[in-house]
Amino acid sequence: MTSEDVSGLRDVAVVAFAQSDTLRTTEEQSEVEMLMPVLHDVLGQTGLRTADIGFTCSGSCDYLAGRAFSFTLALDGVGAWPPLSESHVETDGAWALYEAWTKLLTGDADTALVYSYGKSSPGSLRDVLTRQLDPYYVAPLWPDSVALAALQAQALIDAGETDEPALAGIAARSREIANPRAQLRGSVPHGDYVVRPLRTGDCPPIGDGAAAVILAAGDRARELCSRPAWIRGIDHRIEAHSLGVRDLTDSPSARLAAERAGAFERPLDTAELHAPFTAQEVVLRKALRLDDSVRINPSGGALAANPMMAAGLARIGEAAARIHRGESDRALAHATSGPCLQQNLVAVLEGDPR
Amino acid sequence: MPEVLKAPLVVEFPFTRSLGPVQSAFLTGLRERVVLGVKTGDGRTLVPPVEYDPVTAEEIRDLVHVGSTGTVTTWAWNPEPRRGQPLTAPFAWALVRLDGADTALLHALDAPGPDAVHTGMRVRIRWAEKRSGAITDIACFEPYDGDDAEVTVHAGEFQDPVIGIVAPARLDYTYSPGRAQSAYIHALSDRRTVGERCPSCRKVYVPPRGACPTCGVATAEQVEVGPRGTVTTYCIVNIKAKNLDIEVPYVYAHIALDGADLTLHGRIGGIPYGQVRMGLRVEPVWTEGGRYPDHYRPTGEPDADYDTYRELL
Amino acid sequence: MSKEPVAVVGIGQTKHVAARRDVSIAGLVREAAQRALDDAELTWADIDAVVIGKAPDFFEGVMMPELYLADALGAVGKPMLRVHTAGSVGGSTALVAANLVAARVHGTVLTLAFEKQSESNAMWGLSLPIPFQQPLLAGAGGFFAPHVRAYMRRSGAPDTVGSLVAYKDRRNALKNAYAHLHEHDLTLAKVQASPMLWDPIRYSETCPSSDGACAMVLTDRAGAARAPRPPAWMLGGAMRSEPTLFAGKDFVSPRAGKDCAADVYRQAGIADPRRDIDAVEMYVPFSWYEPMWLENLGFADEGEGWKLTESGVTELDGDLPVNMSGGVLSTNPIGASGMIRFAEAALQVRGQAGDHQVDGARRVLGHAYGGGSQFFSMWLVGSEPPAS
Repeated sequence: MTSEDVSGLRDVAVVAFAQSDTLRTTEEQSEVEMLMPVLHDVLGQTGLRTADIGFTCSGSCDYLAGRAFSFTLALDGVGAWPPLSESHVETDGAWALYEAWTKLLTGDADTALVYSYGKSSPGSLRDVLTRQLDPYYVAPLWPDSVALAALQAQALIDAGETDEPALAGIAARSREIANPRAQLRGSVPHGDYVVRPLRTGDCPPIGDGAAAVILAAGDRARELCSRPAWIRGIDHRIEAHSLGVRDLTDSPSARLAAERAGAFERPLDTAELHAPFTAQEVVLRKALRLDDSVRINPSGGALAANPMMAAGLARIGEAAARIHRGESDRALAHATSGPCLQQNLVAVLEGDPR
Repeated sequence: MPEVLKAPLVVEFPFTRSLGPVQSAFLTGLRERVVLGVKTGDGRTLVPPVEYDPVTAEEIRDLVHVGSTGTVTTWAWNPEPRRGQPLTAPFAWALVRLDGADTALLHALDAPGPDAVHTGMRVRIRWAEKRSGAITDIACFEPYDGDDAEVTVHAGEFQDPVIGIVAPARLDYTYSPGRAQSAYIHALSDRRTVGERCPSCRKVYVPPRGACPTCGVATAEQVEVGPRGTVTTYCIVNIKAKNLDIEVPYVYAHIALDGADLTLHGRIGGIPYGQVRMGLRVEPVWTEGGRYPDHYRPTGEPDADYDTYRELL
Repeated sequence: MSKEPVAVVGIGQTKHVAARRDVSIAGLVREAAQRALDDAELTWADIDAVVIGKAPDFFEGVMMPELYLADALGAVGKPMLRVHTAGSVGGSTALVAANLVAARVHGTVLTLAFEKQSESNAMWGLSLPIPFQQPLLAGAGGFFAPHVRAYMRRSGAPDTVGSLVAYKDRRNALKNAYAHLHEHDLTLAKVQASPMLWDPIRYSETCPSSDGACAMVLTDRAGAARAPRPPAWMLGGAMRSEPTLFAGKDFVSPRAGKDCAADVYRQAGIADPRRDIDAVEMYVPFSWYEPMWLENLGFADEGEGWKLTESGVTELDGDLPVNMSGGVLSTNPIGASGMIRFAEAALQVRGQAGDHQVDGARRVLGHAYGGGSQFFSMWLVGSEPPAS
């Protein structure tokens, strides 16, 4: 054990991370054909085989594929034989990681494989996401995801918290990156309004992709990784559903999750934020109290690649990978779900002192 | 490599939604051009009214009548309306706090352009001409510069209340089965059944799905199987399925094609249904233009021994 | 460090019916949740986290409905986690919630599963037409009937066994006020004369389609000590998954089910399930699955399960009562069906099962499964806390 957590919980670390390229379309591949190389990659990094893994948990969403039980066929890529201790969440894989973390804490397993994937290309994502909304008062109006994010952006502008040039700056910084897996990088035109005040550059690219991590507890983590990314805290919180009852310029759920995860106890050097729209980064920076000393989204974040259901897990993976490489000592990773940051997860990851 | 297939997939259903008392009152009110909110324990008025207090989780039921005029709390200009949205010409999405309410309602705001919209502007409801008790009974909001409306207590009781809505939903997808299944389907068009062998366990998968599900590795080596096979088990279908034009009774069987390591499914014909049995040897019967065999019929060979297919059962 | 023991201190469910036209989706889940809180004599403020499960979102046409249900379940400002493991989801959801307590992440957790099938049509949701694929040729029961025939062939069971299960479960349902089907006039002769839909499965041997929700409050030792009524203690819990279709798959007695049960028995110190377990609430969507699961779960040797059914061992007053609540054959809100099994097991060891109480039930197994007989979740609950 690296250090004694105040709560007495077992130490659990991210020991490996893999992801696919995020592509606008992957129609030549089924979901399992897209996912399987990522699973092989992440297992290969640790030398583990599926049969060595104590618990497996995945995240995906039937509505992206347009088919019920779409996750059952993805299991083919894992090689679930002999049968696995396995579970699935119908949301971003960051929550699958949370479930796996609790499983490791109980002592029932020492290692966990967590994966998630999403193909947005088969459907019209802006329309598909309207089906998440209150089915009586809101979904019948088909307000798309960009429109809702634009309402949030305008509220921030009205409150004097940001302006369009500042948002353009976030967009540009998010694509000035070296991440070879990203869908958008380099100089990306800020473009016309999609839904004003948001321009194309303020919106995430729509793409298909997959991500996977391996968790391990205690000494097992040290065996599998030279510098494990220890999960010092992880917590998630949800807010009221209706946009009209929320203060869209703030994220009390992200702040509370960060507090519970211990994010405010010591300075961070890196934050990987799952902010699909530029204005949402403004909300999160405030809620998570991230000042200019913290490097935000060195991977480019969701504005560079936003594979639905995998982008949140990829934030945890990216933050962990920086710790593995010695590029960070204490990082925050964030994932979100629902309209306008309704639900937020925060993990605090640390490497052993160098 | 043969071309990967793709085709439209439409997911469409008219969902029937029962409302419960608060939503029933609100939507019935809209039909009668009355807007109701609901009071929370600490005196806030929520519009649109919800059944449970988002802060305390208490059940809330006290309805109040609020104005049909209000104030924009935030907005966004939508230059290209999408299918199903309230207006077809460019409009603003707006959160509107109606007079007498403490929370805002999401709807469309009809305005000539983004320069005519700002946070804090006054608006009023434009009612739909035909109203049935749905959120779309509000056609949209429109700019308004008159007086505030009165706010009164309302019992929320109406003649002939709306207790349910029908919410049609259609989503259009493009379905692609991926590489392995595309190859399988292409081969079927030549009336050949081609599976894939796992490089690890050597089992032959039909139809192939791109991965060996027990080994978790890609399958690639193509193996033609069949055309003959063995009925491993079956049932006699006596109930007509909605989307199938097959006369009942008929036999639905699991068939292990020769050379395949698991069964696929098909209908058995050319034999009275009562005479179908486990172990029956069958072959496919194709019809012109069919993607799959129409059915399988007996080959006349002796039945397969139980031990030859029990592992496939 | 050992796990925190997990106790069930509150259970609530709705009266299951074909269509609850008087409530919204929120109203439906709220009713079960409120009853569970009332049973535990707790308030919304006492709940630390909510874990919710349901089967495919297409059933209600709401994508990730937990987002909309956060308010109704008092989850605002709290963690809310959504589980989906096909038909086993009700059981898996309870196990995920139990892990939060066992890991000492939270003290008291509300777990809930639901389905409001009347919002759409289950067969539509389960068989969306996929391009290029051969349409399912046989409807819902057609998927299961060939496996039942395979079981009959292997075991040599007489073809009346399925009707005995259906008749038993429907009579048990008459003692359970929450059950969907209350067929007061049903006789064994009527079951055996009901139409043969998917030979060998008769109409009366199939499950209904229901609107319903089930909720439980799970808590730690401290919470159990404060509970107003006897808790049920989790003695073991496990999930196992195997692929949908694969070479060598045994649909009659899937290995994932055997392994899952073995894991639960190991945790609970059960050497001989037939001797050490007092009753079983298992997921039987078609009547023949009772003898099949009796074998899969180790209550009978291979090919012998039907003898327990035929000899009356699984009757409510038998030596090993099975599906005391009336089972899935009497109540089937798909996403909730697994949790109803888990909850019935807990009710039994708490002595709170009313007219369908098994006298002296001290250790009861709850079982759920789903997908192509590939996802399994089970727990064993007891009237006494775990030994360690």
